[in-house]
Amino acid sequence: MSGSLLTQDKRTRARNAAEARFRSYGIVAIILALLALVWLLISILGNGLPAFRQTMLTFPVTLDAAVLDKADTRDPQALAKVTTITYGKLLSRALSAELAARGIDAGTLTDKDIGSLISEESAAQLRDKVLGDPGLIGSTITFQALATGRIDGYYKGRVTMETAAKDKNTSPEKLALADKMKDAGILAMRFNPGFILLPDASDKRPEAAGLGVAILGSAYMMIVVLLLSLPIGVAASLYLEEFAPRNRFTDLIEVNIANLAAVPSIVYGILGLSFFINFAGLPRSAPVVGGLVLVLMTLPRIIIPTRAALNAVPPSIRDAALGVGASRLQTVFHHVLPLAMPGILTGTIIGLAQALGETAPLLLIGMVAFVKDFPSAPPEGLFDPASALPVQIYNWTTRGDPGFVERASGAIIVLLVFLIIMNAAAIALRRRFERRW
Amino acid sequence: MSLGLLLLLLAVLTVLAHVAGRRRAMRLVGGDLRKLHSLPDFYGRTTALAAAVPALILILVWLIAQAPLLEGRAMGRLQPTDITAERPLEAVRADVIRLADGLARLASAGETPAADPAALVEQLKAHGLVLQAEPTPGVLAAAESYRAGVVLSKVWLSLATIAVMALGFLLAWWRISPDFRARNATEGFTLALLVGASLIAVLTTVGIILSLLSETIHFFRLYPAAKFFLSTTWNPQFAGGSSLGLWPLVWGTAYVTVIALLVAVPIGLFSAIYLSEYAGPRLRGVIKPAIEMLAGIPTIVYGLFALITVGPLLRDWIAQPTGLGNSSTSVATAGIVMGIMVIPFVSSLSDDIINAVPQSLRDGSLGLGATPSETVRQVVLPAALPGIVGAILLAASRAIGETMIVVMGAGASAKLSLNPFEAMTTVTVKIVSQLTGDSEFGSPETLVAFALGLTLFTFTLVLNILAQIIVRRYREQYE
Repeated sequence: MSGSLLTQDKRTRARNAAEARFRSYGIVAIILALLALVWLLISILGNGLPAFRQTMLTFPVTLDAAVLDKADTRDPQALAKVTTITYGKLLSRALSAELAARGIDAGTLTDKDIGSLISEESAAQLRDKVLGDPGLIGSTITFQALATGRIDGYYKGRVTMETAAKDKNTSPEKLALADKMKDAGILAMRFNPGFILLPDASDKRPEAAGLGVAILGSAYMMIVVLLLSLPIGVAASLYLEEFAPRNRFTDLIEVNIANLAAVPSIVYGILGLSFFINFAGLPRSAPVVGGLVLVLMTLPRIIIPTRAALNAVPPSIRDAALGVGASRLQTVFHHVLPLAMPGILTGTIIGLAQALGETAPLLLIGMVAFVKDFPSAPPEGLFDPASALPVQIYNWTTRGDPGFVERASGAIIVLLVFLIIMNAAAIALRRRFERRW
Repeated sequence: MSLGLLLLLLAVLTVLAHVAGRRRAMRLVGGDLRKLHSLPDFYGRTTALAAAVPALILILVWLIAQAPLLEGRAMGRLQPTDITAERPLEAVRADVIRLADGLARLASAGETPAADPAALVEQLKAHGLVLQAEPTPGVLAAAESYRAGVVLSKVWLSLATIAVMALGFLLAWWRISPDFRARNATEGFTLALLVGASLIAVLTTVGIILSLLSETIHFFRLYPAAKFFLSTTWNPQFAGGSSLGLWPLVWGTAYVTVIALLVAVPIGLFSAIYLSEYAGPRLRGVIKPAIEMLAGIPTIVYGLFALITVGPLLRDWIAQPTGLGNSSTSVATAGIVMGIMVIPFVSSLSDDIINAVPQSLRDGSLGLGATPSETVRQVVLPAALPGIVGAILLAASRAIGETMIVVMGAGASAKLSLNPFEAMTTVTVKIVSQLTGDSEFGSPETLVAFALGLTLFTFTLVLNILAQIIVRRYREQYE
């Protein structure tokens, strides 16, 4: 075989081609992984962003004393007897009056049909408003009512004229009327703070469903997790890293912690159900039980980074403290722990973020129940029924009305925003305080 | 006194106890620090700890024991006629507690409860509380007793807490003398707390095993173990006579896991190889965190992704045109989405392991004229293989225990089928559905969830331990 060094022979070309192929496999794999991430995020954002905007109807409502307070005494007991049905009728009449005043032709639709464009939840909201301030009776207020899920879906592309014709909850005439109201400025898409602030709503009213109770419930659970898992986790790590003698017993604890970190989360749910609820008699759906289950789950995930942070503090610091007469506990608490604190907090925040997104164990302890009342202030409120963000998302996906899919995706955006904030805090903490010895 | 107020009082008294203890120590030596065994703060700490810790334990025990005790007492007031076929004991118990809650609300609103049951129901409705049934005199008496018990219990808890604090404080206060080794005492106590904290990890494991085992044994008393482990049908019935065979669920779990690994292993492994062998530090610094983001996304997000995006996509583009199925929940949906989720588990750990292969091995191979890819295939990968197997096992254990993706993506019908576009179900899905269903707790249909949980726990534990042993062996080889 003779050949020039400058021209590659067949075998070298084959080997180089194999090299290029192998490299491209790697690039393709990375691109696939990143595409999956982007696809996931785009799908969630695309489905969820509309949840933050809601179709609302704005029109004047005369709170007629003859309807709402027949005795004209403003007696709270008597006012409370007036049901939401009366308020619903009041709203329908007010809306048709407004249509007539603006000269919008409702066609064959009756007052009742026009009223059915308004969410039933709005009648309840108006009632609460009046009960809160009986002085409003007799005056005319500008009321912002939610449009029903079908009308809202029409402007979000979920409902079309074709599907409306087959749907018994709405009709093409109603959608046409909604278009006319939009032109007249009665109907508009607005930012919807109720999605964050209001409690969940029933199956038929996706337009009124909010995350208020779920966010509060998740916040309560995070309080429990932080208050218990940080001190316990740090204490356990301090013992294992700084004081524990090397023997079978501490080996057992270490193997245990490593395995607990990998136990499927649903197993913690089973533990919570049989221990906290069936054995200790704590209430179902309560944030305190959810919090305790998440504490047990988070502990190993806090202990592992905490031990790494303690281990990273150089022994010279300990030697110096011991040398000037500090006791072992003083050494640890005055010197080692403060130096390890940034690493510990970073690990804790990441552990909390994982706990915030955890769903499966909470399903088993009954947090998937429908809860409309806000829990009271902690610590008693920890025992009240509440929902949690991820469970609320799951709950919404199991409901029939397609409006809830949009709500669930919107709720995921809220959850992801919380997670991004927590992770950003962890990264910032690490950047700011991390030190290399 | 409400619990919040009580805890606040406890905190304030603890601080006061600390100040008092410190002061007493200083006064005993006339302000001369040198005559004290320990620093004055340690004396304060002994009194504070003696006051606070027993009181906290008391509150905790009280709160746990209170509900069952009060309930037992209240249930004693029920009349035998209160419990009927349509309102069994459990329902009546819930009624009593709800009614007691309603009475408490009335009391706090300053209203007197109406004597007539129907009027009482109306009155409670005005306070936003809807009762399931009109209360009978027995239920009313029980609710009254329960409410009175709760009120009384609060008073006694406050008194007992303050008494325990005072007692603890006085004992510690009396022990203070210049020679008292306050530092050793507090440090011994702190160390005991640290040991206690690390024991919680062990207790959790014991708790998991005990709760799973005891209910599983209970289950096998009601349902033959042989049928559970050998039967190939899963068909729970409300009325009893269910067949609860494990195999369809294990099959579904295994199928989903295999598809997940088919997605995750090539992608994860090749990205790990590229990142550790080819990519420069800047590219690596961007790509690695981006891929790891996939591991930080909650599983509920993947579940929704499977439900609204991947499921319909696979159904409309692959399953229906080829006639393989028309369900949007399928093994393939759950498997692909789960595969995406476990990519970072494979890639991060493999990356660490490939990086741990000594550079000298690469240098030797490259020096003999091998191309980088030949080095990777013939030197680095064989050397890293055990570690990579460990990483894949960990990913598999993660996939087996994953719940939300399969609950939302895989479906609920227990089948033994080879078609990946058919809905199948897994062990975790059935744990959720059996425990959140309407079956009575003591029935085999509910208890089977614990047997499934034990199976799942054992499976994942074995995989994890195996993976840990392999990874550890491998690490030691190159240290």
